[in-house]
Amino acid sequence: MVLAQLITSFIAALGFGIIFNAPRNTLVQCGMVGMFGWIVYYILADQGMDIVPATIFGSMLVAVLSQLSAKLYKTPIIIFNVSGIIPLVPGGMAYDAMRKFVENDYYNAVQLSAKVMLLAGGIAIGLMFSEVANQLLKKTWNWLRPE
Amino acid sequence: MSDSSSRSIAKVCLLAGKIMLENGAETYRVEDTMNRIATAFGLENAESYATPTGIQFSTEGEASYFRRISNRSNDLQKIADVNHISRQITAQALDVKEALLLLKGVQHSSETFPFWLQLVAAALASGSFTIMFGGMWSDLLPSAIAGAAGYAAMIWFEKLLEIRFIAEFIASFIIAVMAVLAIQYEIGVQMDKIIIGAVMPLVPGLHITNAVRDLMAGHLVSGVSKGVEACLTAFAIGAGVAVVFAFI
Repeated sequence: MVLAQLITSFIAALGFGIIFNAPRNTLVQCGMVGMFGWIVYYILADQGMDIVPATIFGSMLVAVLSQLSAKLYKTPIIIFNVSGIIPLVPGGMAYDAMRKFVENDYYNAVQLSAKVMLLAGGIAIGLMFSEVANQLLKKTWNWLRPE
Repeated sequence: MSDSSSRSIAKVCLLAGKIMLENGAETYRVEDTMNRIATAFGLENAESYATPTGIQFSTEGEASYFRRISNRSNDLQKIADVNHISRQITAQALDVKEALLLLKGVQHSSETFPFWLQLVAAALASGSFTIMFGGMWSDLLPSAIAGAAGYAAMIWFEKLLEIRFIAEFIASFIIAVMAVLAIQYEIGVQMDKIIIGAVMPLVPGLHITNAVRDLMAGHLVSGVSKGVEACLTAFAIGAGVAVVFAFI
């Protein structure tokens, strides 16, 4: 089952790389970043962790891998970020929320909408966290390095 | 520094910013790039202010410049190209004229993937999402077909009507109709999973994350307006699907 998730998330992230017209030599890396982020989320959620922290950890890994790839290939980090977080975006839940609204089931609809907001915030926190960690490491390194 | 040269430096900065904004870069990165270019060319005290719909750029004691951003899309290749050029400028490897020429080349280039490949990518991504969200393997095919049809409809109607909101609405309407048909003729099993997978190529994931990142970087105006854009898109998709549900 995990194997199927690995393959499909790779294809999905790579497909989004093509849709967003990512540079050709970065497509496979985009797919890999998306795959690792999703698999962390999937395993954590499968082990019973709440999906919000699971999303945060997934997007943290996406951000770290994107940062490394951006350094390695000298491209803007957004190229890897964007296709990488796509599997984590709560599109399915947003759809469910919308459907409940249409069915006049406002109680569940509002609940689901709140969850969607939390998940979107979680993705952003994960992305920001690694950026902050990166800055901290860089600054500490510059500070510690003997001149 | 002569007046004409500072004007052409401003031109380079504005063009770089415009290309980046039109193709979906984060606002804070746009401003950062413009300021870097200005500093590299020796322009002191340059200030730039970018929002999703316009950029302002001014240097001390001179006229400020303005560019309108009217259409926005996602083209990561162009962002990477501009980034590459700005790196070269910072390394003092380009002069103002060469930089302007290169940027104009980027603006008019259309190095995109062929349309059929984009369709295939949308189809594969849609099918994959259906599996990832817990759909069955038999739902993969209808979801892939609906996803490709929805993506094609979105591109086509956006060219035709030039209103993104309507294009997204029609695209998600078509997706929902196809999902209903797939269930009716027993090609698919779970309608929800088919629709969720197929609408994913339309979902504004890039806008949502860019919005939150801009907000956290202190660009409140850009963050809020990008967030509103994302909400509008989500609403269009939801409404398109909802119309179909209202009739079944």
